[in-house]
Amino acid sequence: MAEIKRKSGSHRKKGSNIFGGMNTFFLLLPYGILFTVFIAIPTAVAIGLSFCYFDVINPPKYIGLLNYINLFTQDEVFLKNILPNTFKYALIVGPGGYVLSFLLAWMLAQIQQIPRTILSLAIYTPSMMGNVFVTVVFRNIFAGDQRGLLNNLLMKLNIIDQPIQFLLSPDYLMNIMIFVSLWSSMGIGFLAMISGILNIDEELYEAAYVDGLKNRFQEIIYITIPSMKPQMLFGAVMAIVNAFNTGWIGVQLSGSNPTPEYAGSLITNHIDDYGFIRYEMGYAAAISVVLLIFVALFSKVAHRLFGERED
Amino acid sequence: MAKFQGSRINPKRFSVSQIKFYIILVPLAVFMMIPIVYSVNQALKPIGEIYAVPPKIFVRNPTLKNFKDILALSGTTGVPITRYLLNSIIVAILTIMLNLVITVCSAYAFSKKKFRLKGALFQINQMALMFVATAVAVPRFIVIMKIGIMDTWLAHVLPLAAMPVGLFLVKQTVDQIPNALIEAAVVDGASDLKIIRRIIIPLTRPALATSVVLTFQTVWDTTEASNNYITEETLKTLAFYLNSIATNNAIAAAGMIAAATVILFLPKLVIFIIMQSKVMNTMVNSGIK
Repeated sequence: MAEIKRKSGSHRKKGSNIFGGMNTFFLLLPYGILFTVFIAIPTAVAIGLSFCYFDVINPPKYIGLLNYINLFTQDEVFLKNILPNTFKYALIVGPGGYVLSFLLAWMLAQIQQIPRTILSLAIYTPSMMGNVFVTVVFRNIFAGDQRGLLNNLLMKLNIIDQPIQFLLSPDYLMNIMIFVSLWSSMGIGFLAMISGILNIDEELYEAAYVDGLKNRFQEIIYITIPSMKPQMLFGAVMAIVNAFNTGWIGVQLSGSNPTPEYAGSLITNHIDDYGFIRYEMGYAAAISVVLLIFVALFSKVAHRLFGERED
Repeated sequence: MAKFQGSRINPKRFSVSQIKFYIILVPLAVFMMIPIVYSVNQALKPIGEIYAVPPKIFVRNPTLKNFKDILALSGTTGVPITRYLLNSIIVAILTIMLNLVITVCSAYAFSKKKFRLKGALFQINQMALMFVATAVAVPRFIVIMKIGIMDTWLAHVLPLAAMPVGLFLVKQTVDQIPNALIEAAVVDGASDLKIIRRIIIPLTRPALATSVVLTFQTVWDTTEASNNYITEETLKTLAFYLNSIATNNAIAAAGMIAAATVILFLPKLVIFIIMQSKVMNTMVNSGIK
């Protein structure tokens, strides 16, 4: 391969050998195999199962669109609780976490390196603790008896005189979930944004000010964001995926699936509920497909905003 | 025309204009650290202080008893914790190395090569990122059983070696390398491997480092393989073992859970600190400009 290349090297038209050919195939091969075996095939099987009745023990039985029809006509919990909860949660946590990540990354980029490193590390720590352990901490903070740190504090300050059952009360659970999620949303997207901002060519700013840029806000809109589109897109997709896929929070905090009065139940909990509690895998798969469609639609929007034109 | 006072990104010196950022960032950073600070304190508390009413955040009489307890605990099966630790380290090293090589090669191909179905394949990769893990658990279990890697190291390593997130991240960064640079290298007779070694890897260091951090966190924390694909106790990982302590004895062992949190957290912190200089640094001498 290499020899052929060298021979035709100097007088080769752009586009023939530079791009494409056997090398590309071999470069993609390992990823392709692993992706197909461990991700694509299982996903395809799951999508197939969404058209079946499958209780994990007996072989799946084809039932056409019945799962989907049931989901949108019979499943009252899904329509009344799960969908509104999921959208409320995702629409706050997704964009909220995203904007916060960007602003924090932007601010961090403007201080010196050593304090920046320390502060970034601190802000990133929530993402480094495992899910289970994060919720252990928050269960202690919001615990419904006097041992709960928040209840204890509020009682000391005489704001309340009875401890509040934060985690078991439908009024609070969702808000606490949103709080915990936002708190731990400075993840990998946030890191990518820091490096994106730091790598913008300084001359761009200089040129823009010569061209009449007036303030920092214009600087962000016209220079910073357009120059780091790839990282902005990555951050956006990660924010969307996280917003729709972090269902464990409500269940872990309240300690039960479904959560009290379905107040904190999200679509992923509904999947778990049917898949691993009721063993209706076909139905669970259908819900996952619906979720996939939601996520895909939202990330289409992100691609519109930050995607590069195919060249 | 506004006058340009020099970019304020990545400043070398302190200036008064930075104070406003510190005013926002420092309290926020402290706030973000509450849970880990709480966990560390909790881990160092003797049993009496853990259940004290009213609760205290900070430890009075620190003790290492919780850590000693957790290290002495060898489960019902008699497998010592050091074995789980060793397994975790082996799995992490293998996965990170394999993942890095695979990701760089495929990111380069997706970004700089032209081939049929490229757009469609990348779309599929994106979709995979979005499909819920729980829905795939049973089919993936079946696949792993069918290809006969149950109860082997491969069941730990292979499912995580191809990571759609990592590919996405690295590919986004490779996109920022000008095509002209690659073309020039090709004209000079560089092979793909040489281009990857001499151009792609040096210029995407921040993304690669971020990807390593991410891979390590995923592989270090995951219990999927140990729960589902491994029945042999001596092949399971530390995260599995510590999670099972946390979920099984939630009340009895609050101190041990906190100690487990700290034990699982520290290596991630160390890796992050090692990698951060790459993650958050500018590519000063890169050929990118």
